Amino acid sequence: MSRFYSSSVGRKVLMALSGFFLLFFLLQHFLINFLSVFNKEAFNGASDFMGTNPFVQYALQPVLFFGIIYHLIMGMYLDAKNKGARGGKYAKNNAAANASWMSRNMIITGVMILLFICLHMVDFFFPTIKAHYIDHTHLDAYEMVVAKFANPVFVLIYVVAFAFLALHLLHGFQSAFQSVGFNNRKYTPAIKKLGTIYAIAVPVGYMFIAVFHYINSL
Amino acid sequence: MNLTLKIWRQKNSQVEGQMVEYKVTDISEHMSFLEMMDVLNEQLVNKGEEPVAFDHDCREGICGMCSMFINGEAHGPDRGVTTCQLHMRMFNDGDTIYIEPWRAKAFPVIKDLVVDRTAFERIQQAGGYISVNTSGNTQDANAIPIAKEDADLSMDAATCIGCGACVATCKNASAMLFVGAKVSQYALLPQGQVEAAERVSNMIKQMDEEGFGNCTNTGACEVECPKGISLENIARMNREFMKASI
Repeated sequence: MSRFYSSSVGRKVLMALSGFFLLFFLLQHFLINFLSVFNKEAFNGASDFMGTNPFVQYALQPVLFFGIIYHLIMGMYLDAKNKGARGGKYAKNNAAANASWMSRNMIITGVMILLFICLHMVDFFFPTIKAHYIDHTHLDAYEMVVAKFANPVFVLIYVVAFAFLALHLLHGFQSAFQSVGFNNRKYTPAIKKLGTIYAIAVPVGYMFIAVFHYINSL
Repeated sequence: MNLTLKIWRQKNSQVEGQMVEYKVTDISEHMSFLEMMDVLNEQLVNKGEEPVAFDHDCREGICGMCSMFINGEAHGPDRGVTTCQLHMRMFNDGDTIYIEPWRAKAFPVIKDLVVDRTAFERIQQAGGYISVNTSGNTQDANAIPIAKEDADLSMDAATCIGCGACVATCKNASAMLFVGAKVSQYALLPQGQVEAAERVSNMIKQMDEEGFGNCTNTGACEVECPKGISLENIARMNREFMKASI
């Protein structure tokens, strides 16, 4: 098994599996956030559940952290290794002729998402964890969201970050299926379509939430 | 047509190379790219200069020797062809054409446009074969029924000529399309099942040791492959590897 983890194909499969988990996470996070557009109580209820439920806190959350950290560290490590495998630059390389920009620049979109995650943790995650586990107080998630998104600069950063996420997912979604060996003539076209829909709909949905709360605050 | 060529010149593997500019005139649009290179070399020899070294053999698209990175693409701008099948009609009078060797750490330049592709041979030796009895009591191949679809897919994979365009064009210099094709051609057939787990593990191990990069599914290899080898072969290799690792 150790040969699997250290081999090029094994790492690729693990990049895909952590990617799948992150796709699932993004969707559930979006659905909960989306509640904030309709109903304050429902959003706060869901947020509190996610913040206090032992299964979420002690089982899913560690998996999420491991997934993010593995995905980003292995992504950067493999990118560095891949750059080294070229051995000399082409004087002229028409890369756009055979591969999409998204597929060639996963490291750029990935690092932008990483920076965003850091900002997002400082803004929402750490205050919530601090309140719950250190101060033993209760934060009103809805009020926190509304206060943050009243700032147009903050909203703009979020919108740009989600644009990078969309670019990352446009390649990543269908790429993950290919990596785990799922590629066949019958289903792959449908997976590619589903990937495009997911990669646009979910980030645009997140953007909508940020813009909605900003407009609401005016 | 008259053309300006910018060609990678490198004396041997020990010294640094550089792009050198040449002019060729009266090139017919019906010439193949290699014939145009022959014209240039004749010109250089007549001037007493060293001709440009490049790999070539069959000149009909089946040997996989010709290996030029032309204007930023493996085997040039045409699709589904090797450099010897690329015609000068793909270019215009007055064009500047960049001609470079495959670039990959695992394919060191030997001279000018010639690279050492023995890394592919070593991957093949690691598992790209089946062990069959050849001592006179060989089983008739037709005695084992094979589904038409599997036979076709295996044959498609087996059309890989090992030219290395996939490695040259991949932004990661990954050899997974080549290895995927070589694994698939046996994985699809009953004759390949006996050594299936060993084969995929050993070939991937050798591929990693040779210093090829990791596949990121950009799909560039599939586009540039002169034989149209599909990414499905990489997915099949991944499945075979997972099966072998469990």
